[in-house]
Amino acid sequence: MSGGPGGPGGTAGRRIAVAALAALAILLFLVSLGIGPVRLSPAAVAAALIGRGEETALVIVREIRLPRALLAVAIGGILGLCGAAMQGLLRNPLAAPSLFGAPQAAAFGAVATLSLGLADALSFALPVAGIAGAFLSVFLLIAVAGRNAGLTLLILAGLAISSLAGAATALAMNLAPNPFAALEIAFWLLGSLEDRSMRHVLMALPFILAGGAILFASRGAFRALTLGEEAAQSLGVNVARLRLLVIAGVALGVGASVAVAGTIGFIGLVAPHLVRPLVRYDPARLLVPAALAGSCLLTAADIAVRVIPSTTDIKVGVLTSLIGVPFFLYLILRERRRLGAGLAA
Amino acid sequence: MTADLRIRDLSVRLGGRPVLSGVSLELRSGSFVAVVGPNGAGKTSLLRAIAGLVPHAGLIALGAENLDRLSARARARRIAYLPQGHEMHWPLPARDVVALGRFPHGAADPDRLGEADREAVAEAMRVTDTEAFADRAVTELSGGERARVALARVFAAGAPVILADEPTAALDPRHQIDVMSALRARARCGTLVIAVTHDLGLAARHADAVAVLEAGRLAAVGPPAEALAPDCLRRVFGIEAFIGTHQGAPVLVPWS
Repeated sequence: MSGGPGGPGGTAGRRIAVAALAALAILLFLVSLGIGPVRLSPAAVAAALIGRGEETALVIVREIRLPRALLAVAIGGILGLCGAAMQGLLRNPLAAPSLFGAPQAAAFGAVATLSLGLADALSFALPVAGIAGAFLSVFLLIAVAGRNAGLTLLILAGLAISSLAGAATALAMNLAPNPFAALEIAFWLLGSLEDRSMRHVLMALPFILAGGAILFASRGAFRALTLGEEAAQSLGVNVARLRLLVIAGVALGVGASVAVAGTIGFIGLVAPHLVRPLVRYDPARLLVPAALAGSCLLTAADIAVRVIPSTTDIKVGVLTSLIGVPFFLYLILRERRRLGAGLAA
Repeated sequence: MTADLRIRDLSVRLGGRPVLSGVSLELRSGSFVAVVGPNGAGKTSLLRAIAGLVPHAGLIALGAENLDRLSARARARRIAYLPQGHEMHWPLPARDVVALGRFPHGAADPDRLGEADREAVAEAMRVTDTEAFADRAVTELSGGERARVALARVFAAGAPVILADEPTAALDPRHQIDVMSALRARARCGTLVIAVTHDLGLAARHADAVAVLEAGRLAAVGPPAEALAPDCLRRVFGIEAFIGTHQGAPVLVPWS
């Protein structure tokens, strides 16, 4: 399961892998700027980015595609980072950012504003309500489970909160004033980066950066947690505080993501797995590559939905789930094989 | 950095139930102390209280320092704690696990260890004989190898006090003796080593002093021959034991 000292996990090998992932993310970002109903050459994209070239290309790249591409990088990145952080905190490769209910609560916040007719799907009020929903879920979680709660209690409380948010979302759809509003909600929930503006980027980015910074600052503690909570505590890690930090960081980052893009599933679960062997399973070194892998995955998915020929737009959240679920099944099978081998040995 | 550990009137309650009541102990630096007692006597709670992992009443002082006034980091530099079971969740290379011992010294990244950290890790791996599998994933090691890596992690901390909770559980006799010898050798270098064990024979053979806990209270403390005297074994454990000597060291075999 791991490489030798000179294997892919060595310091130099790891730097190369991270650089390659970053290069791939940049490449996909540039491709994403060129893809759409009007195809633009890389040269035209580059020219438009620095404010040169013809007027139409300039508008298409800077007003329409740049916000979309930036959101794909930022949201994919924070989803990957949140997934890696959650898996580090829970010491479980099957943990996902949605475990404590923040994305579901953010979705409910956004859907409530749509349902009440306070906003259309692309207005400013939507992300505000989404982020408020994510925060509310954190307060609820801590109120239910307590500040020093153990993981089991937090997971149970998270399950209750995500179920509640799911039910409330269903109620909001149920009570939608007209079928169009219900349809708008349903489509919004599928998750999309289409037609987002720079305003959405500016709205989400501070929260995503703050959440990412909180999680990244905790990386050393994830490594200590390899030895279990008690040993980590004895090494000077405040485990109860770490749990709250991770919950807050995930709520900030994923809450802001859901608020501007709807639900985008499975990237948080899948991205860390793709890069874990590159860092020799170290939960601390995993964070940056997982974020980069998340950026690559979401940008690639967002390119794919524009390239796949179809009469109706395929939402990017649908595509990530379609790809993500088989991968999740593969992970479970691999875990089963590993356990099976363990029993046989 | 060596100092004696003073425990005065230590009490621990878990879920409202007292698990330790009024335990007072003075333990010398450089000694190997075995803590024994029946299941539920409060052995693990004693270690966890010293490590600062459970709320407690009473004084725990190392030299002139009250440990409860220290930050978690500072306490971790003085007390290295090896919990039961040697949990290892990710297949990290053994060397990186040992390097976690330097975590309280601010060395969170095993790839960027300072000179002192690197030396401490190398020395710990040398004395525990774990260098041969430094690059192997800990989850792939055998139980005995993993126990030695866990021990190396605790040694690498360079703390004046080491707490080990059943370090020989689930090990074969060779590894049991190796682990106890390594702990005793560590004590000879000035560290205070406190190990919880169920193996009275190992305690009698290797420890300088034995503390016997019974239902949360200290039943006896002293050299093995005194603390593990027949009447104490009968009263606390309800057993009769063969007690003798071999090569000048006490031999204790629970008999009936």
